[in-house]
Amino acid sequence: MVTVMEPPQTVRPQTPPEPSEPAANQVEKPQAMIDVREVDFRYGDNKVLHDISLQMPARAVTAFIGPSGCGKTTLLRCINRMNDLVDGSGISKGAIHIDGIDINSPGLDVVDLRRRVGMVFQKSNPFPKSIYENIAYGLRVAGVKKRSRIDEAVEKSLRSAALWDEVKDRLESNAYGLSGGQQQRLCIARALAVEPEVVLMDEPCSALDPIATAKIEELIQALKTQYTIVIVTHNMQQAGRVSDFTAFFYLGKLIEFGPTVKIFTNPVEKQTEDYITGRFG
Amino acid sequence: MFWAFRLATYFVIACATYIFLDIAIKGSRTVFTNRAPFINVKFLTEPPQTLYVFDYQGKKMELSDREFRKWQETHKEPVEATSVAYSAGGIWPCIVGTALLVVGSMIVALVIGISAAIYLSEYSRDTRLIRFIRIAILNLAGVPSIVFGLFGFGLFVIFFGWNVSLLAGWFTLGLMILPAIIIASEESLRAVPKGLREGSLALGATSWQTIRKNVLPYAMPGILTSSILGIARVAGETAPIMFTAAYAMRDEMPWQVPKWTDFFFQGVMALPYHIYVVSSKIPQNEYTERVQYGTAFVFLIVVMLIALASIVLRERQRRRLSW
Repeated sequence: MVTVMEPPQTVRPQTPPEPSEPAANQVEKPQAMIDVREVDFRYGDNKVLHDISLQMPARAVTAFIGPSGCGKTTLLRCINRMNDLVDGSGISKGAIHIDGIDINSPGLDVVDLRRRVGMVFQKSNPFPKSIYENIAYGLRVAGVKKRSRIDEAVEKSLRSAALWDEVKDRLESNAYGLSGGQQQRLCIARALAVEPEVVLMDEPCSALDPIATAKIEELIQALKTQYTIVIVTHNMQQAGRVSDFTAFFYLGKLIEFGPTVKIFTNPVEKQTEDYITGRFG
Repeated sequence: MFWAFRLATYFVIACATYIFLDIAIKGSRTVFTNRAPFINVKFLTEPPQTLYVFDYQGKKMELSDREFRKWQETHKEPVEATSVAYSAGGIWPCIVGTALLVVGSMIVALVIGISAAIYLSEYSRDTRLIRFIRIAILNLAGVPSIVFGLFGFGLFVIFFGWNVSLLAGWFTLGLMILPAIIIASEESLRAVPKGLREGSLALGATSWQTIRKNVLPYAMPGILTSSILGIARVAGETAPIMFTAAYAMRDEMPWQVPKWTDFFFQGVMALPYHIYVVSSKIPQNEYTERVQYGTAFVFLIVVMLIALASIVLRERQRRRLSW
């Protein structure tokens, strides 16, 4: 854009602009979708995250692992600003960017952010409504009124969550009648219905049996072609199975971050190795 | 020691049974008749009238005001009649008045109370001001009802110039049960699991949408449960309405108003106030006793019916949630 004030240039700048180097860069390395930079987080006076920096690439699964209380859930909840609900807590240093936008900048619309960054909780929390209304909820609050569009979204997201065949005949029955695994998949479907770019999952399988867990893991694999997924898990094998990148946290610090294969087979840090081999944690 | 506790419990039950039976037995003599249709329709559907009692040709006559005048047209001879106020006719305007007072004041109390509870439980942070407000609410719950009556008289009747009116009564009664409604509503709101709020917010709902669609509906049965107790209290209190809304006697029914706006600015008769008037404001005799017990009995039934209606409403909401 040329500003009006600028005088007409007679002399060309000596250095011609480098021909399209940034563009070439972008094509080569996968764009970092979620960019966490030097983040500190506090609950009141209690600092729970120390100087966390990591970049989670788009359309891949990033797993957060680490012992309880290491801050992985806290970091996850920073990404869609769920921590706003906790009084007296907040990011005290650093920033989180999603697609280059600082999600904590004052002008940012939190509601819009949460629409783009969906979340699945540890304890499945379907609403005490019908299965249909559970899925439709996100669309309705976004102001979608057209029945046909909602119908379509309900079917699509239930199919994506591999739940459609099990519930298609009882969409109007209460979601509390579903089994634990189905409820969790319903919550995933509900998150997908608003077409987010990122899906955060906070130990989505912690209350499920192995068969239900396997289904959800399968689902995560299928979803990563379309969504950027961040998953917190206590289950090391799960992290190994589903994720492309793994971040290991310990006592509020990011110890190591890298491709899952590397973290599990050839970790750089001693602590990571100890944790992964089950020597502590 | 155990038998002492047991005795205390039985004592309470005995008292309650005695009071209820006494009212029911004596009241049913007024309310029910031994001839078809077995219910004293007049008592339930007519306004109160003065009763005239006199002897005529060795027969004891008991005629209401209107009947007495008609009777005098045909019988010219003078009779020596004793008049007893309010003891003929019925209590229909009182039933209507009480129902109107209950409905209106519950609406006032629920609207203000639920709004305040939403603010306290969903929006406010734990500051010193909020803690002070909570203490103030608790204190308000302990204020005697006659004080509310005086307050309502001073503020609504005199200062706002609403005179003795339904509106003044609604607000006075509403304020009286407001603390109970706020406290109970807040508890019901807090009982809604946090996961439902987070789930809703994570889907991109605003906090108001979350409250309206995903918190308040689930808290509603609990709020209604607590307001049932409020209904009994609103219907039963005499002190707050005697200065603000109740008339001892009024011939027109509440819907007989020249303009619809006058509806809100009219005083009404009310059951508890009517009991108060017939038992303490007029000379007592066997005829007034009939009205007293009859009114008390009808009063109990009306309160029960209103409470029953709100229980049905609550159960309906619960079933829709199935949670």
